[in-house]
Amino acid sequence: MPPLLEGIIQAFKLIITLDPDLMRIVLLSLQVSGAAIIISTLLGVPLGSFLGLKEERKTRLISKIIFTLMGLPPVVAGLLIYLLLSRQGPLGVLGLLYTPTAMIIAQVCLALPIVTGLTMVAVRSTGREVEETARTLGAGRGLAAWTVIRESRISILGAIITGFGRVVAEVGAVMMVGGNIEGHTRVMTTAIVLETGKGNFEFAIGLGLILLLLAFLINSLLYRFQRGGGERHE
Amino acid sequence: MSNKYFIEIENLTKRYTREVLNIPRLSLERGKIYGIIGPSGAGKSTLLRILNLITPPDSGEIRFDGQPVPENSAARLSLQRRMTLVFQKPVLFKTSVRENVAYGLKARGFKQKEIAGRVGALLEQVGMREMAERRADTLSGGEAQRVALARAVAFNPELLLLDEPTANLDPANVELMEKLIVQLNRDSGMTIIMVTHNIFQARRLAHQVIFLYQGSVVEMGETEQLFDNPADSRTRAFIEGRMIY
Repeated sequence: MPPLLEGIIQAFKLIITLDPDLMRIVLLSLQVSGAAIIISTLLGVPLGSFLGLKEERKTRLISKIIFTLMGLPPVVAGLLIYLLLSRQGPLGVLGLLYTPTAMIIAQVCLALPIVTGLTMVAVRSTGREVEETARTLGAGRGLAAWTVIRESRISILGAIITGFGRVVAEVGAVMMVGGNIEGHTRVMTTAIVLETGKGNFEFAIGLGLILLLLAFLINSLLYRFQRGGGERHE
Repeated sequence: MSNKYFIEIENLTKRYTREVLNIPRLSLERGKIYGIIGPSGAGKSTLLRILNLITPPDSGEIRFDGQPVPENSAARLSLQRRMTLVFQKPVLFKTSVRENVAYGLKARGFKQKEIAGRVGALLEQVGMREMAERRADTLSGGEAQRVALARAVAFNPELLLLDEPTANLDPANVELMEKLIVQLNRDSGMTIIMVTHNIFQARRLAHQVIFLYQGSVVEMGETEQLFDNPADSRTRAFIEGRMIY
C-alpha cells in the first residue's frame, strides 16, 4: 500500500478513536488561535471601524502600514516576539517565552492587522452612507458607529474568519515563541512539521486532515452567513 | 419665542474643488413646502446636507427659530433630532422593514408600545404593512423610497428635507409619494424642503420655489409667480428647458 494511502487510513483511525495525543494538540491549537482571534476581534473591529469612517486621506499612512502588516511573515512576527520575551528582552522578566501566552501574543500580531485592515475596507465601502443615514435619523455618535458595524457584519465576519484561518495554519511564529514542547506548547502545525521529520506520517496526515476539516467548517459557516445575509430579523 | 422665520441662512459658503454654495441670505418660513430647483451641480444637495448638519459649511451662519446652530454636541444632536433628510438613494439597513421604520424612534428612546403603534400606522399609510417583516435590502426602488419616507417621518420631525424623493420611480409610486408629502405638510404642519429636477413636481407640490444656479439663489418666490412670470432670465431659461447643463 502506498505510504500516503496508508497514512490516510491510519489518520482516520486516530481521529475516529479520538487519540488522546492528537486531541490534546488539536485542543491547544484551538485554544491558542481562538484566544488570539478573540483579542484581535476586540481590538481590530473597533479600530478598523474607526479608521474606515475617517476620511481616506487622513488615514492614508496608517492604512499603508496596516496593509503591509497584513502580509507580515510569521517568522518575522515570531522573531520580534521572541526578542521581546527572551530573558534579555524588555519583557523577559515576565517569563512568557515558550508558553501558550507567548504563542497567543505572536498570533495576535498576525491576526490583528488582518481583522483591522479588512474591517476598515468593509466599513469604508458603505460605512459613510450608513453613518450619515443613521445621523439623519437622530443617532448619536455611538449608535451611528454601532449601526455601521452591524451593517458591515458579514464582511467583518469574513475578516475575523480570514484572521483565524491565517493563525491556525501558521507554523513559524508559534514554533519560535512556543518551542513546540510536547503537552505544553505543541499545536497542530508544529506537530505536523515534527512528525513529518520523524517519518510518522499517519499522525501528521491526521493533523493535516483535521486542519482541512476545520477550514471547511469555517468556510461553510461564512458561506451560510453570506447566503443568508447574516442573522434573520423578526 | 416666536420667530417669523423658521430657518435663516446668512453668508453661507461651501467649497469642494470649486465653490458649490454662496448664499448671502435666505429665510424660510415654518409649515411650508419649498421646492429647490436648478441644474445639476447647482449645490442643491449640498444645501440640504448643510441644513441637516451632516456637512459643515465653510463659513456663514444658519439659525433655526432665531437660534444659531449650537457648538455643544448634545445640543447639536438635540437640534438634529428635530429634522431629517431622505437621500436620493436611501440606504435601508439590512434588517426588516419594521426595524428600519422604528430606527429613529428607538434612537430617541420611545417606549416599545408607542414604537409598535407608530410603525404600524406608518406602514399602513405607505402601503407597506404586508411587507413589514421583509428584509429592507430586498425591496424595489419604489418600495425602498416609501420605507425611507416612513422611517424619516416616524418621529414627527419639524423639518423634512427630501433630495429627489421620486427620481427613478414609476408613475404610480411618484403619485403615492407626492400624496404623502402633501399630506404630511397639511396634517402635521411639517416644513418640507424638497430638491427636485422635475419642475412639474415642484409646481404641483411646493408653496414656494427656490431656483439655485451655480451655488447661488437666483430667484425665490411663490410657485405660480415664479413659473408664470420669472424675474430672472436664467430662471426663465431653466423652466422653459432652454438651459443646457
